[in-house]
Amino acid sequence: MSSETRDGRRDGRIVIVGASLAGLRAAETLRDEGFEGELTLVGDEPRLPYDRPPLSKQVLLGKAGAEDCGLPGRRALDARWRLGVSATGLDPAGKSVVLADGERLPFDRLLIATGTRARPWPVPGEAALEGVFTVRTSDDADRLATALDAGPRRVLVIGAGFTGSEVASACRERGLEVTVAERGRAPLIGALGGTVGDWATKLQRAHGVDLRCGVTVTALKGSGGRLTGAEFSDGSRLEADVAVVCLGAVRNTEWLADSGLAAGPRGVACDAGCRVFTMYGIVTDDVFVAGDVARFPHPLFEYQLIALEHWGNAVAQAEVAAHNMVSPGPLRRPHLAVPSFWSSQFGLSVKSVGVPTFSDQVVIAQGSPEDRRLVAVYGYRGRITAAVTVNRAKWLEHYQRLIETAAPFPPGPGAADRLADLEPVPSDVPDPRVLTHGPTVALTGHLPDRRLTLIRPGG
Amino acid sequence: MPSPSLSSSPSPSPSPSSSPSSSETLFRRITDYAHRADPYPLYAELREHKVARQEDGKYLVGTYDEIAALLHDPRVSSDVRNRTEPDPALLPPEGLPPAFIGRDDPEHDRLRRLAMRPFGPPHSPGRVDALRGDITRIAEQLADGLRDKERFDLVDDFAFPLPVTVICDLLGVPSGDIPQVHTWADTVVTGLDFTPGEDPGPRRRAAQEARAAMGLYLGELAEKRRRQPTGDMLSALANDGGPDGQLTQEELMVSTVLLLIAGHETTVNLITNGMLTLLRNPEALERLRAEPELMPRAVEELLRYEPPVQFLPQRTPLADIEVAGVTIPEGVPLVLVLASGNRDPLRFPDPDRFDPDRKDNQHFGFGSGIHNCFGAPLARLETQIALTTLISRLDGSRLLEDPPEYRNSPVLRGPRHLPLAQAQR
Repeated sequence: MSSETRDGRRDGRIVIVGASLAGLRAAETLRDEGFEGELTLVGDEPRLPYDRPPLSKQVLLGKAGAEDCGLPGRRALDARWRLGVSATGLDPAGKSVVLADGERLPFDRLLIATGTRARPWPVPGEAALEGVFTVRTSDDADRLATALDAGPRRVLVIGAGFTGSEVASACRERGLEVTVAERGRAPLIGALGGTVGDWATKLQRAHGVDLRCGVTVTALKGSGGRLTGAEFSDGSRLEADVAVVCLGAVRNTEWLADSGLAAGPRGVACDAGCRVFTMYGIVTDDVFVAGDVARFPHPLFEYQLIALEHWGNAVAQAEVAAHNMVSPGPLRRPHLAVPSFWSSQFGLSVKSVGVPTFSDQVVIAQGSPEDRRLVAVYGYRGRITAAVTVNRAKWLEHYQRLIETAAPFPPGPGAADRLADLEPVPSDVPDPRVLTHGPTVALTGHLPDRRLTLIRPGG
Repeated sequence: MPSPSLSSSPSPSPSPSSSPSSSETLFRRITDYAHRADPYPLYAELREHKVARQEDGKYLVGTYDEIAALLHDPRVSSDVRNRTEPDPALLPPEGLPPAFIGRDDPEHDRLRRLAMRPFGPPHSPGRVDALRGDITRIAEQLADGLRDKERFDLVDDFAFPLPVTVICDLLGVPSGDIPQVHTWADTVVTGLDFTPGEDPGPRRRAAQEARAAMGLYLGELAEKRRRQPTGDMLSALANDGGPDGQLTQEELMVSTVLLLIAGHETTVNLITNGMLTLLRNPEALERLRAEPELMPRAVEELLRYEPPVQFLPQRTPLADIEVAGVTIPEGVPLVLVLASGNRDPLRFPDPDRFDPDRKDNQHFGFGSGIHNCFGAPLARLETQIALTTLISRLDGSRLLEDPPEYRNSPVLRGPRHLPLAQAQR
């Protein structure tokens, strides 16, 4: 251990910018791994780290309060918390982070974990109408839950990705009328492709959602500062008291604009060990990144730089980044975790492993869409790259194994609960540009679908 | 059709004329009562082969990764009706469907979900935890009854009455019926035994009859509860439905027979093996006496070290499955030796050491995958409370026999009796 002490890996100053899931888990891992130096966490929200998945589920149903979602700590941290202040700049040469209140935080090593924020409605005047919401922070969810408590006559959900679908589900469970507008041809199509998207269409309609696909909301209308309704690209109009803007996320990288790092709208690019690249593609050794804001190469997906807005990725990547921050070269680890996520909506549990959009074909390997249970397996050029289960999460481990071993697609015969006549079909992953909502998995390399390179910031 | 990859198997291909190689007799030796007290060297031998074809066509798997893969593989059936040569011992009684432990998706899922409604999340998240007070009270009463005895049998005087009282109460079986229920359960479990060289016919017929009688008994009890619910699981199963409807009367019978038997024998063995292990490891015992908050982790280690279900004899591949370079053919009996996987040195460092502090301990003590032990939360709670109570109330216990006399079953392995002596104060 003496050599590690000599090169300063177990002492010195570490600053973590971003005090949510990734930042917290990284801090805990640093202490677990014997880091004894100064540790500072910077968060732009005034709260201690909290868990976001319940915000679009239990909180909107009134089953849990937004303030009850604090993340449990794994251990004591002995850290300095700078909450309620955002980082506005990074001086890589002087090795310091500049905060909005003017403070400069010097560091020996830095972890960037600034995550994402909700993409706002593009017209500020309309976005400011009372009754227009986004769902990203605890306060967002608290405000929206209160608005739903008031019993609006109709809720308009703009964008049918996971967040939009979960919001629509919560509204229906509360007995509220809800309209979902999605520019793509089906809900969830951006993350799961058209085959599963078609199933989600039927699901939402069966639950009484007024689902309108292939349209965009062209204007939000208000009167006296209150939302009254919306206009659609097909010329139709809708009256609504509440609109929930679910357009996906924007990566919080603006503060790094002058840092010389490879940071931009797609995230902060890093190597397999979470070390950030400079704008010239040269890897740094004192700046690391983890969580939603990171773009990292994944060997299972042909080393494309991928960015994942997944809870599990934030934890796993934070742990790897923290380990590498306090470990000498030969002991460093790559971040290789297979991506996975879950959602619950309309009484169903949806879980996924792999990257469903990294696919050209999909097959229903088990279950049947009509019976509220299925396993959809995705393939790309003859190997299995992802699986999505509905109420069948216990099989995921098997399919994860197939993904990790690049098993041939389609999977062989013999699985229990398999309908014999189902053949692989195109997975029908759309060009993200045609979607209302941004993708939660951004494949930013050049395969398998070149159009995927054209993800752009802004509405 | 010969399977090409069989020839690459580490064990030589079987031929009827030659005498079987030693790896082909592993199952015979594991089930031989002579090895009941310590089957672990045989498991180590099994792990050298990873997959070992047996003289009778069974396939044994004993390494952690391979077992994990097969437990999660949807091509591995738990329904013995998928065997090319059905094993009458494992079939349900005439006219009754198999319980969910012996079914595959989607029926397994529906039946298990219905049985879970009154027992655990999402519909009854507080059920098991609400039993904490009752379990503690029963454990303390039983332990207090032992304090003044110079010698006692841990099985009959503690490890058996505790979980049986709890499961009967939970299901809604009147305490007066417990002796009859116990006789049936014992007969059913005996019917599952593998005794080399013995005609299993009579034993198995008796087991089928006991199973049927138990089913009728529970069916009638459920009828009573249907008219007069009493807040127990039987009442809930008989009266409450969800989106899947209700269990049919037959499904209710076989499901509750399963819960009663499974909630019976396994926990008895876990508690008894636990006390045996702690008495063999006095340092661990002293540590747990001083720091009872370590008990949950110690029970996990116990589940790894002495799992109450040693192997799963019911699995059958629905297609040819390649495991560690060996093709296990469709329709053959596939035996997953969980207790061997739990001692795999590739997964657990120093696996033959009982380490109550062990971390990263994802053992197979409750299996894994869709058939993962239904009653695991209850078994954990009972064993944590049982061992904590025993070691705090009884100090100075010592083993009178080591190894003790074991039950016959190689699957539900545990001491038949565990005679202990106490230093008198």
